[in-house]
Amino acid sequence: MSDAWRFERPPGLPIPQPTEEAEPFFEALKEGRLVIQHCLSCGALAHPPGAMCRACGGTDFDWQQVSGEGEVYSYVVTHQAVHPALQGYTPMATVEVALPEGLRLTTNLIDVPPDEVEIGLAVEVVFEDVGDGVVLPLFRRRAGH
Amino acid sequence: MTRAASAGGFSNSVAIAGVGETDYSRASGRTELMLALQAITSALDDAGIEPREVDGLMKWWVDTSTEAEVAANLGIPDLAWWGEINQAGNVGGALVAHAATAIHAGLANVIVIYRGVNGRSGRRYGRGDVTGQRGRGGGAFTEPYGLLTPQHGLAMSARRRMFETGITSRHFGMQAVAQRTHANRNPRATFYDRPLTLEEHQASRLIVDPFHLFDCCLETDGGGALVLTSADAARERGRPVPLIRAAAQAGPGAGPPAKRIAKRLFDMAGIDRGDVDVIQIYDHFGPFVLFALEDYGFVPDAGRLVEEGGTAFDSGQLPVNTSGGHLSEAYMQGMNHLIEAVRQSRGESTAQAPDVTFSFCDTGIGTGAVLLEREDP
Repeated sequence: MSDAWRFERPPGLPIPQPTEEAEPFFEALKEGRLVIQHCLSCGALAHPPGAMCRACGGTDFDWQQVSGEGEVYSYVVTHQAVHPALQGYTPMATVEVALPEGLRLTTNLIDVPPDEVEIGLAVEVVFEDVGDGVVLPLFRRRAGH
Repeated sequence: MTRAASAGGFSNSVAIAGVGETDYSRASGRTELMLALQAITSALDDAGIEPREVDGLMKWWVDTSTEAEVAANLGIPDLAWWGEINQAGNVGGALVAHAATAIHAGLANVIVIYRGVNGRSGRRYGRGDVTGQRGRGGGAFTEPYGLLTPQHGLAMSARRRMFETGITSRHFGMQAVAQRTHANRNPRATFYDRPLTLEEHQASRLIVDPFHLFDCCLETDGGGALVLTSADAARERGRPVPLIRAAAQAGPGAGPPAKRIAKRLFDMAGIDRGDVDVIQIYDHFGPFVLFALEDYGFVPDAGRLVEEGGTAFDSGQLPVNTSGGHLSEAYMQGMNHLIEAVRQSRGESTAQAPDVTFSFCDTGIGTGAVLLEREDP
């Protein structure tokens, strides 16, 4: 039954307006790559990206591609439309996915109905074109899990 | 006269000499400035101090009534100290720390901390169009996926904590019921005449799962104020004096702020958690009261404490949120918690804990906290 269910993204949700430091993250998504800010001084990974490395104070970075496989770390289900954008789109689940690199991403699951989301669920990234040239990293159940 | 033992920090030299509030309602019919002024004059009357004696004003950064407007309306002849702390609703304890520091250093004599807000009939904090960033800054990584309000992020962290510790929504309900029972004794409380059962809490609608309706704070129109003076000035009233034994704040950092602030606060006070007689904790969302009880180190298992009814004012254990708190009295962003901490210290609460010496108040889940010591006349 959950095979048939598909996440419908509320069109009124904000689209990312990233800071200059965070732009490479969103540019890579358009090329189908999930990348994490990587400090060239100490090697630390950071998400969300910052202007200065929280571990060593370094300011030179590149972007390291990750597999995009992870597990649901936590989740909420919005039942009351506490924001106008959610009107008509509840219940809606928002999840945090923990990546094996030790970082967490906030996202939505495209193939898991809100009442079937659970902590520990194995998931993988998909690149979802939400229009206007914006691509978001959403997640789906990992095959074989 | 019993003199309190000298303590670090402010050396017990500063007191909260008076408290006051307006009525709490859904539609005040007054401006936020008027709410602030009415609360301030009520607190000054309680302290036995004339408005023209005030030489310091501090406010929540989000409060719309400026210190200049308030000073002009009160006829303050010489404002020597003013300021605000820029975060959200969670700055009350930090304001007390700043004001006490100024008085201890001799920079001002009478500092009023105030809040006046039409939080129900005006801007409602429960709405994402008030607090959201429209996808900007850090919001670029959360809001596009539906985390749009403060409660979304807090619900996310609450869910993980439930998973890790086994604490349940029923435990959250037990605390909500304990606070409602306190509110049912407090004529100022929004829910004074409306009891709540655990079954009603569990059956109440989900807002953002795992938060039920009765896990969420009220939205309130109203005002509140505190008057800080030297301990000597406060002693002139001839009644119990709430001395500021310790006050501290904590900002972003590693791990729960309550764990970091607890060390500072109790080191400054030179007392143990077990010496605290009554507790107020900022309850924008009720589950965080239980988490904070653990993070401050008051109990290892807050779920067990509420199963035993241990947060009730007459439990003989750890009375918590004895005015009803944000869930059942009013949502004054911690101001009503500070006022209640003072009333407990003076023995004037409508749900008075027995034999209070140390009255503790958190005003933002570890971002600010105050420890009052009662001194008898």
